[in-house]
Amino acid sequence: MKKQPPAKRELLFTGADWDFEKIQRVYDAVEEIAKGEMGLATYPNQIEVITSEQMLDAYSSIGMPLMYKHWSFGKHFARDETMYRKGMRGLAYEIVINSSPCISYIMEENSMAMQTLVIAHAAFGHNHFFKNNGLFKQWTDAKGILDYMEFAKGYVAQCEERYGNKAVEKVMDAAHALMSHGVHKYPRKRTPDLAEEEKRVADRLAYQEKMYNDLWRTVPKGPAGKKGSQELAERKRQLGLPEENLLYFLEKMAPKLAPWQRELIRIVRKISQYFYPQKQTKMMNEGCATFTHYTIVNRMHEMGLLSDGAMLEILHSHTSVVFQPDFDDRRYSGLNPYALGFNMMNDIKRMCIEPTEEDRQWFPDFAGNNDPYGTLRQAWADYRDESFLLQYLSPALIRKMKLFKIHDVAENPEMEVAAIHNERGYREVRKALARSYDIAHLEPDIQIVDVDLAGDRRLIVHHFAESGMLLDGSEAVRVLRHIANLWGYEVRLMEIDPATEQVVKVYDDVAPITEM
Amino acid sequence: MNIIDRRLNPKGKSLANRQRFLRRARAQIVKAVREASGARSIQDIDNGEKISIPADGLREPTFHRAAKGGIRDYVVPGNKDFVEGDRIKKPEDEDADGGGNEGSPDGEGQDDFAFVLSRDEFLDIFLDDLELPDLVKKKMKQTESTTPMRAGYSVTGSPANLNIVRTMRNSLSRRIALKRPKPAELRELEDEIRALEESGDDPERLSALRLEFDRLIAKSKRVPYIDPLDVRYSRFEHVPRPVTQAVMFCLMDVSGSMTEHMKDLAKRFFMLLFLFLNRRYRHVEVVFIRHTHEAEEVDEETFFYSTETGGTVVSTALVEMEKVIKDRYPVADWNIYCAQASDGDNTSSDNAKTAGLLETAILPLCQYFAYIEVGAEYKDWLGRDSDLWRTYKEFAKPGGNFAMRRVRVRSQIFPVFRDLFAKERHDNAAWAGGGGEA
Repeated sequence: MKKQPPAKRELLFTGADWDFEKIQRVYDAVEEIAKGEMGLATYPNQIEVITSEQMLDAYSSIGMPLMYKHWSFGKHFARDETMYRKGMRGLAYEIVINSSPCISYIMEENSMAMQTLVIAHAAFGHNHFFKNNGLFKQWTDAKGILDYMEFAKGYVAQCEERYGNKAVEKVMDAAHALMSHGVHKYPRKRTPDLAEEEKRVADRLAYQEKMYNDLWRTVPKGPAGKKGSQELAERKRQLGLPEENLLYFLEKMAPKLAPWQRELIRIVRKISQYFYPQKQTKMMNEGCATFTHYTIVNRMHEMGLLSDGAMLEILHSHTSVVFQPDFDDRRYSGLNPYALGFNMMNDIKRMCIEPTEEDRQWFPDFAGNNDPYGTLRQAWADYRDESFLLQYLSPALIRKMKLFKIHDVAENPEMEVAAIHNERGYREVRKALARSYDIAHLEPDIQIVDVDLAGDRRLIVHHFAESGMLLDGSEAVRVLRHIANLWGYEVRLMEIDPATEQVVKVYDDVAPITEM
Repeated sequence: MNIIDRRLNPKGKSLANRQRFLRRARAQIVKAVREASGARSIQDIDNGEKISIPADGLREPTFHRAAKGGIRDYVVPGNKDFVEGDRIKKPEDEDADGGGNEGSPDGEGQDDFAFVLSRDEFLDIFLDDLELPDLVKKKMKQTESTTPMRAGYSVTGSPANLNIVRTMRNSLSRRIALKRPKPAELRELEDEIRALEESGDDPERLSALRLEFDRLIAKSKRVPYIDPLDVRYSRFEHVPRPVTQAVMFCLMDVSGSMTEHMKDLAKRFFMLLFLFLNRRYRHVEVVFIRHTHEAEEVDEETFFYSTETGGTVVSTALVEMEKVIKDRYPVADWNIYCAQASDGDNTSSDNAKTAGLLETAILPLCQYFAYIEVGAEYKDWLGRDSDLWRTYKEFAKPGGNFAMRRVRVRSQIFPVFRDLFAKERHDNAAWAGGGGEA
């Protein structure tokens, strides 16, 4: 894409102080570039100015402007506040909420340059991603979320009033413990309605009639023992087992829960589901927002809308956000999603405009197509972290970041460098990195596999321990206690090696705590 | 785009969460507060307190993998000189120094959870289960206190009690019923008249309108916007409220034998007592009496901050106390408490008199008498306890209303204080013992 000759315009602001007029002016300028040049499509924006205390508030209630009351939010607030007051940790410059209108919180302490950065980052970068990414479209209802939270808050308060804090807390604690295992990973099958069901039965009968062959009658029946396993299969089918959405199963099937308790579980489950896309697209989402703000503020500076001073301040903050220390650096604490995301977006842009021979070989689809923003918009719409890395991580970037893969077997005293940034290693590094961003792989695979409804109603839970990685035992027992409290009967957890189907570890049965 | 200024929104949105959190962690917090209070100086009482509690009851467990075990692949940046197939020794000492994060994604693990309690929260928890024993036993003073309670509405009252909602409701219904012309109607009519006046045509309609206008004006004068009939006042009735009255006598020895250290300890104790009474009871009066070889009643300021010196005659304080009771606090109407602090020194000849006074005059009047002995443990050359300790010891019987404790260092004040006023112990309110003896 050919850059327009910089048409010098007047500075939008000078000095550090912000006011509402300046914000409006900056917003308009940012919007012009975002919509006009980058082609972003966003939800309508709502920018809210808050104080640092309100920011702490928002922090502790997982970023939602409305949240029901729970002690754990108080705990997080106390911790965040202590750390903030001691200066151990700064606050985020913004929080943005996936809702329509898209709400971005900006802090009053920020300078005008920072507000510019935040508006470009949150109100356009994140906002575009929320509106266009497939996962968000499929799983979240941006228009309805605030109303739902309003309902949830009111409902929880009402329950507290009617059934007491303690009873509500018990359900909420248990539901919170299972939150990460309370999402549907695939759209559920729609249950057929009566007419459809009848039609299917008729079809099946017709088919059987057509295919009738008397010979089948003479085929010997299977051994008698098979009946049991058929019963088991039937029971499992009726209960919808195995089920990996533990909260869903408990909400629908737990025999002892009262309707209000089911509704509370449902609230937690809905919130968990709402955040599920964010977990899967953290790196892309931040990469998209960082790339957007970087592009926009640079354009603004070129056009003469930002002073050199403001630009330097923005760059200072930008570089510290995308800073990636090496693995042997004391500051290293894993890959920085901002850095990786931003680097990838920039790399894609580079490949669109000035591809090397290697890029053309690896990415024939878009290398040199001269439409960086179109290419990126498509990537932002159709991928999540894992698939995005698999699809778009280029050898050039692997070399630039000097990524390498380490293979660690617990029993061996040494770890092995399995692949580095060379011809042979690119694909392996890319595959391993993508895998480490796959939520399905990151979180332990836990399923409810059986419940003995005729017998003692014990719930059987399996953990399929991939690659021999077992659960943190003491924590697991605590969670089991919560499951038992909701289920109302004993719960047994077994860890299973998925390759051999051998049971690796069996936990003691955990019984529910009876009411105090 | 909308910009909304939320800065003025009500603060403390997370207050309810905090209260839930404190309630949840109550047991641990109470324990931590007790521990923290030992190290706390009285001056600090105005500050919040940073406390650390075990994270145990505050866990939010989740299913997650153990930090170790199995086969794992990592991708890390910043390769310097590794090539494929290199072997790296695993860091051995991970458990030794970096073990804090073991098995816990948020880095909390077994670690304590540290946060700051505000001053009010601290005091609330610290003073929570303390009380003055046997407070309700005495007769209540009847008419002293009344409290206003809402009692409907009345047509008379003071302007401050005007109930605007009721008044306006009455006014509105009356205006509707009597068809008072609305201001908008009048304005419309006026406009029309003016328009007709300017244009000058249709003079007949003009005069008709003018008549109508005058009629409406007259009507709206007859039917006032607010009529005295509409006015309602909120009515309050004064309901008498029983008050338990209590008086606390603080007796302190300020004689020459009391060193600065001892006085400091005693004053700290009384400050705590004062704070406790002020916070927990609205109707407790405090009388300060200090004594050397003679006693006098003083005000708070003098009691805590002025210096005095002289010999030691404990009975003078008791005499003074008896006198004050007789003058101002009839036993029939008042619950009487006494706390005495001394180094235990007394003029030997006074011991018998003190004991007699206590037995015949003071203890029968008091609900509860607490004695604390401050300073280095006093033993005379015979290895006996101090004069006063020996004198008082015989009163400290289980089931009695007398308790005594020793405080030697600052850190013992809080525990001893708690011990003396703990709720659960006032049924066997008295036993002698070195409360703070470590």
